[in-house]
Amino acid sequence: MAGATLRRRLSWQLATVVELVEETPRTKTIVLQAPGWTGHRAGQHVDVRLTAEDGYQAQRSYSIASAPEDDQLALTVERLDDGEVSPYLVDELRPGDELELRGPIGGYFVWEESLGGPLLLIGGGSGIVPLHSIIRHHRALGSTVPARLLYSARSLDDVLYHDELTGAGDVDVRLTLTREQPDGWHGYRRRIDGELLREVAWPPAERPLVYVCGPTGFVETAATELVELGHEPSRIRTERFGPT
Amino acid sequence: MTDALDGNAIAGQLEEVFGREMTTARGVCASCGAASLLAEVVVYLRAPGTVARCRRCGALLMVLVTIRETTCVDLRGLASLDPRPMEV
Repeated sequence: MAGATLRRRLSWQLATVVELVEETPRTKTIVLQAPGWTGHRAGQHVDVRLTAEDGYQAQRSYSIASAPEDDQLALTVERLDDGEVSPYLVDELRPGDELELRGPIGGYFVWEESLGGPLLLIGGGSGIVPLHSIIRHHRALGSTVPARLLYSARSLDDVLYHDELTGAGDVDVRLTLTREQPDGWHGYRRRIDGELLREVAWPPAERPLVYVCGPTGFVETAATELVELGHEPSRIRTERFGPT
Repeated sequence: MTDALDGNAIAGQLEEVFGREMTTARGVCASCGAASLLAEVVVYLRAPGTVARCRRCGALLMVLVTIRETTCVDLRGLASLDPRPMEV
């Protein structure tokens, strides 16, 4: 609606844990029922706040893994061993527990079909999470925008959503396993660099719309190399994850 | 010292302060004149306080410090801040 912006106040709300899905030994998807949730755009995140008995609060951002079209809101959280919030979310949380969150948040790292493509998604580690929401959204729409994913993980066991990503065939999925590869592995086996990006990305002349998400070093490398290859900086959107 | 992140990491904090989505707002660095979306600036979350720096010259753009539910916002490093949604 042109000119009409719906102003809603960003406020904390309680959501109930419906289900916990173990994606890897250190990563879980938390499926939530959030009354009053107003929906989200693919790529957005939420802030989660934990309050200790003495009133101490800790707050972190987690990407939404579900598509806007999905019935329930889902977050995927990786446990950082020295983290303040993620060990609780991954190890202690149980179905029926309540979680305090606010969102959806962010308007930059989002994809909607009207933005077009070709759509190049580049994820490192848990940086796959918002890209997964974009892929699910793309699938739910039956979008004809060409989409390709380059996903870097340490080993096959660290690949999140493996079957869902590789099973559907609507997105061209390229995996690179940087530390450990299973026998007979035919995918890539090194960290992202210019040569790998040249091989995977559409040529700059096709002006792909690129979303890069992962740890800071990963994102900086990918974005810098893409610009070196001749891609327009304004067509590259980045989101950096980090232990905080 | 934590890793430098980007403006996406403070999207919630900015929305709380400004009352609207701000990562697609465009800020101009008062030091070097570089214009960038707030999503793209360099952010340190535990500086202490939240510190945003220009990705081109490294100058301080914004400092946000919250004490007892009151957030102090220092925008002296920004020559301008345009909340108009970004054009793709």
